[in-house]
Amino acid sequence: MASLTHAAPPRRWRGEGPRALLWLSPWLVGVAVFFVYPLLSTVYFSFHRYDMYSLEFVGLDNYRYLLHDPRVATSARNTLWLVLVMVPATVLFSLTLAQLVTRVKAGAGLFRTVFYLPSLVPVTAGTIMFVYLMNPANGPWNQFLALFGITGPDWFGDPAWSKPSLTLLGMWGCGQAMVIFMAALLDVPRHLYEAAAIDGAGPWRQFRSITLPTIAPVLMFSLVTSVISALQYFSQAMIASRVASGATDSAGTAFAPGYPDESLLTLPQWLFQAGFRDYAMGYACVLALLLFAASMIFTLILLRQFRRAEEDS
Amino acid sequence: MTAAVTAPPRAVAPRAGRAAARTRRRRALLWIATHALAIALALMFLAPVAFLVLTSLMSDEQALTSDLWPRSWNWGNYADVFAKSELLRWTANTLLYAALGTLLTILSSVPVAYALARFRFRGRRLAFLLVITAMMLPPQVVAVPMYLVWARLGLTDSLWPLILPMLFGDAFSIFLLRQFLITIPREYVDAARVDGCSDLRTLLKVIVPMARPAIAAVALFQFFYCWNDYYGPLLYAGVAQEGWTLSLGLATFKAFHSVQWNLTMAATLLVTAPVIIVFFFAQKVFIEGVTLTGVKG
Repeated sequence: MASLTHAAPPRRWRGEGPRALLWLSPWLVGVAVFFVYPLLSTVYFSFHRYDMYSLEFVGLDNYRYLLHDPRVATSARNTLWLVLVMVPATVLFSLTLAQLVTRVKAGAGLFRTVFYLPSLVPVTAGTIMFVYLMNPANGPWNQFLALFGITGPDWFGDPAWSKPSLTLLGMWGCGQAMVIFMAALLDVPRHLYEAAAIDGAGPWRQFRSITLPTIAPVLMFSLVTSVISALQYFSQAMIASRVASGATDSAGTAFAPGYPDESLLTLPQWLFQAGFRDYAMGYACVLALLLFAASMIFTLILLRQFRRAEEDS
Repeated sequence: MTAAVTAPPRAVAPRAGRAAARTRRRRALLWIATHALAIALALMFLAPVAFLVLTSLMSDEQALTSDLWPRSWNWGNYADVFAKSELLRWTANTLLYAALGTLLTILSSVPVAYALARFRFRGRRLAFLLVITAMMLPPQVVAVPMYLVWARLGLTDSLWPLILPMLFGDAFSIFLLRQFLITIPREYVDAARVDGCSDLRTLLKVIVPMARPAIAAVALFQFFYCWNDYYGPLLYAGVAQEGWTLSLGLATFKAFHSVQWNLTMAATLLVTAPVIIVFFFAQKVFIEGVTLTGVKG
């Protein structure tokens, strides 16, 4: 039976193209309407000044402004920090947690649950919780640090500490990655470790020569998707800024994104502010294209990885 | 372990016995260190929630002090949250968004994943790469033109711009379902075809029953995505509080009750609790689903 299907595939599959198209058609319509059309439209608007009432062709003005916009430079710097510090910190931490949970003998299920649960806490709730915990006036976190003689800073209110605070929030919510790493670690053949131990390889050597090569594809996948999420970083930063600064959260109210001192400003937030609060929609489209280009670079890396995995299997 | 079993009797080689004892001791120390670290980290992970609960029960005055333990247990704070905000309305809106969104996502994504996993056709791989690209696309990239479309249709200031696109398949759900469906041996589909099943019948009678765990995982993920979504409602739900979702309302709660950390914490807990409760009922589905997203290819 199985050999029969393998023996005569081309004939059997010839008729499947039209049927596949039929099944895929609703989604293809969706791609056209929600992806291709808006992308082309974004390019069109990027050459115009538009505020939902008047449309005016301005050529490359929006692009020229991009080069001089101090907020673009600031968001790029902030995003670079997220990519270079927050992403490695959370990925390494989730890998460490996964290592720990796979080694724990007693209560492994309980630990897995405890470490996984925070990743399900709604972003809004988790962020507000951390702003409260780390507030300098009466937050428990600084009281805890005081036990060790450390005077905690004004975490979410200090431009130097706001990004590290969000990194802690990210580490607290890294359970998804931990579960993925756990699955990868359990896939590593046990006998390799036993053989290495007999050869006298220490834990670090075992990790480098056995664990790392085996989980490399999963690690890479996790890193790339984390970088793409860092480029999109929006909700946590927005909510932290609003709650920490005490600003109200409705349209039309004056709110400077990125509080404190634009230290949490990211491109998606600036895009949101420019397009939907200041109604500079043409310029917002230029920002959107910049965001698209940046995320496409990493998406292409991911696609290449998928293609390679596909060829391997 | 093998060393201890095969170690020669002590009388013959006392040195080997000492070595085994040393290994045992090292292993015991490692056991203690591992578990101590795990317990310490677990306490750190739980502490935020513990302080959340404790603060939510404090009186207005005490919540402003640096006390950690409530002097009186103010369960009325929870009733206050309902009285002072549109929490019930927000819950209803969120449930509508999440339930309808999940239902539409399943109905529209399962057939697409089925087609990607089962049919052989030119452009099959290209279609899969398109799914991944769509999955990775930042939602803000297409925000301006989409907003204008929904505004022209008169659907802004509602959640419909977030729900209706799910009629056309959700990239992440398609990806996850496809990853599961390619693991189903082709022989099952072929057997159904030999029995004269149409594609639709094969999907409903063979594929869907086998893919139930993956469909459950996708449903849960999508439900929580909608429940937790902040960006979407912020863009579309409008300025009127009656149209907000829980995450949007919660984000403003502190601004309107700025000195009342206790009420803010009570509201935060009320928004979080349903998620935690559902998790405990469906823990296995979650873990299996997450594991599926990490499959190598």
